[in-house]
Amino acid sequence: MAIFQHGSVSIDVDEDGFMQEPDKWNEEVAKALATTEGVDDMTEDHWKLVNYLRDYYLKYGIAPMIRKLCKETGFSLKKVYELFPSGPAKGACKVAGLSKPTGCV
Amino acid sequence: MAEKPKKPQELVQSIEYKPPRKRWMDTPVEFHKGTFNYSAAVDKLKYLDLPYPRKWQPTEEDWQLPDNWQEIIHKGFKDRLDKYRSFRVFMDICVRCGACADKCHYFIGSGDPRNMPVLRAELLRSVYRNDFTTAGKILGGLAGGRKLTVKVLKEWFYYFYQCTECRRCSVFCPYGIDTAEITMMARELLNLVGLNIDWICTPAANCFRTGNHLGIQPHGFKDSIEFAVDELEELTGVRVNAPINKKGAEILFVAPSADYFASPHYYTLLGYLALFHEVGLDYTWSSYASEGGNFGLFHSYETMKRLNSKIYMEAKRLGVKWVLGGECGHMWRVIHQYMDTLNGPADFLEVPVSPITGTKFEHARSTRMVHIMEFTSDLIRHNKIKLDPGRNDHWRVTFHDSCNPARAMGLIEEPRYVINHVCNNFIEMPENTIKEQTFCCGSGSGLGTDENMEMRLRGGLPRANAVKFVHEKNDVNILLCICAIDKATLPPLLEYWVPDVEVGGIHEMVGNALVMTGENERLTDLRGTPYPEKEGGENV
Repeated sequence: MAIFQHGSVSIDVDEDGFMQEPDKWNEEVAKALATTEGVDDMTEDHWKLVNYLRDYYLKYGIAPMIRKLCKETGFSLKKVYELFPSGPAKGACKVAGLSKPTGCV
Repeated sequence: MAEKPKKPQELVQSIEYKPPRKRWMDTPVEFHKGTFNYSAAVDKLKYLDLPYPRKWQPTEEDWQLPDNWQEIIHKGFKDRLDKYRSFRVFMDICVRCGACADKCHYFIGSGDPRNMPVLRAELLRSVYRNDFTTAGKILGGLAGGRKLTVKVLKEWFYYFYQCTECRRCSVFCPYGIDTAEITMMARELLNLVGLNIDWICTPAANCFRTGNHLGIQPHGFKDSIEFAVDELEELTGVRVNAPINKKGAEILFVAPSADYFASPHYYTLLGYLALFHEVGLDYTWSSYASEGGNFGLFHSYETMKRLNSKIYMEAKRLGVKWVLGGECGHMWRVIHQYMDTLNGPADFLEVPVSPITGTKFEHARSTRMVHIMEFTSDLIRHNKIKLDPGRNDHWRVTFHDSCNPARAMGLIEEPRYVINHVCNNFIEMPENTIKEQTFCCGSGSGLGTDENMEMRLRGGLPRANAVKFVHEKNDVNILLCICAIDKATLPPLLEYWVPDVEVGGIHEMVGNALVMTGENERLTDLRGTPYPEKEGGENV
């Protein structure tokens, strides 16, 4: 557990940099977390993905199926990896303030 | 972002089989980045009522052990020696012949002598000798004994979380020592003083809380299954029924949760749904028993028992006759080798009988649970489904025997029988890397984390090497497997060692080949990859 600081943002994160209190997520936090994923500029496509994840998370308390994410955002898995090089779970979910998926994933 | 591991060539060159000059007991363990897992989150430990929850990490000097930790471990050791005769025998019987030494994927990939199964067990056995044998009590080090110190405890943590409990070494042991059970005992002892890893305890806590390792709640579960039903209809033109929590269904179906979350697991889910619909199976999913896997197996007897009981409690509540299990790996170690004394016998259920073929699965008389490979191969044997293997002609497949189905339940022929009926191009990897001798994915038993990536790539090297062989010689382009951990961890492994080989499940291939009543012409496979146009414009 550590504190992640970037500009005015200061949040508790786990060892992999996932935020510990998802309620504190906002766009500034997302931009700050994105820098840890090598994304310095959040484009419209980045936001489309992050906002989709965020909405799903608020409704279901978890990330959506990867296939569903791709289908509903219209992004191929390859495109998701282009946007967030660590991938949908470890990259995009982290920026969207979701917790890390665990188990056989 | 995870740090990039070494390049493949560098990693291979770093493997040194020459042991260090110093005696192993005098060589301290070093926690290299990329070769260990983070400690368990405090809230998850509390959720499971596990002892001594606290914040600590393996790289820290002070692990904040309880004051009487030695006493706790000594007592725990004694209790287990008394409880499990097998454990005492395994501690006493090893003659250190070394037959197992070079059979471990972690030893092959790391060259670390303490990853030889014999020496890994010796880490525990040395303390056993010192504390519990007359010779050890009198002669100490001369009899191969050593005192339990913090240094020894750290060594236990490092190396017993560098064993995937795959049991390949046990196949070669002339005494039949089950090395995985030695690891299980060591992990139980570590748990007694609050030393756990997060990738095991968080899934276990999630499973206890919501029914699955991922922590998916019932409405999320329903959403995912319904999405798959919709997509299957788009792909095949057939609308299938996928009942959830249906009381009075004949069969409860339990799959690993990753099948309805991750890729490429998802395509296997589509295969299950298509198959069950086509044969008119009266079955149900459950949002309570929405997990086949059991990370409790990697933790302790108690945690394994708690998670396993959920499947049977749900079977009872729904009033099903028996349970069918999906493409899951370690689930079958639990069911086949422990369930009977954990929570069994499940005599409130019926001895499983396939409603389609009438076959009675006698071997499941006690657990009342059947593996889907047994179920599907039986359907094919009785000509109950129509298959067009040509729809998998774009795949040149090989099969990775997932460790637990192969070695813990002897499921060797059924997967091959099914593959041979749904695929035209099936090529086996070399004999000493498949069937009972299959090599682990290198990430099982809760070790599939990002922080442990270097060790995973090392441990997966023997498996990847066998895949590379058939990829280069026979143009194999997909590795099939029947375990969700495999489906999660083999893709990054192959991307690293053997790019251009995909990973998939057998029921994905079944779903592709299955000719469904009333289906549209299949334009794509279940992944949405278009089939090439046939001459005359007809699609295959």
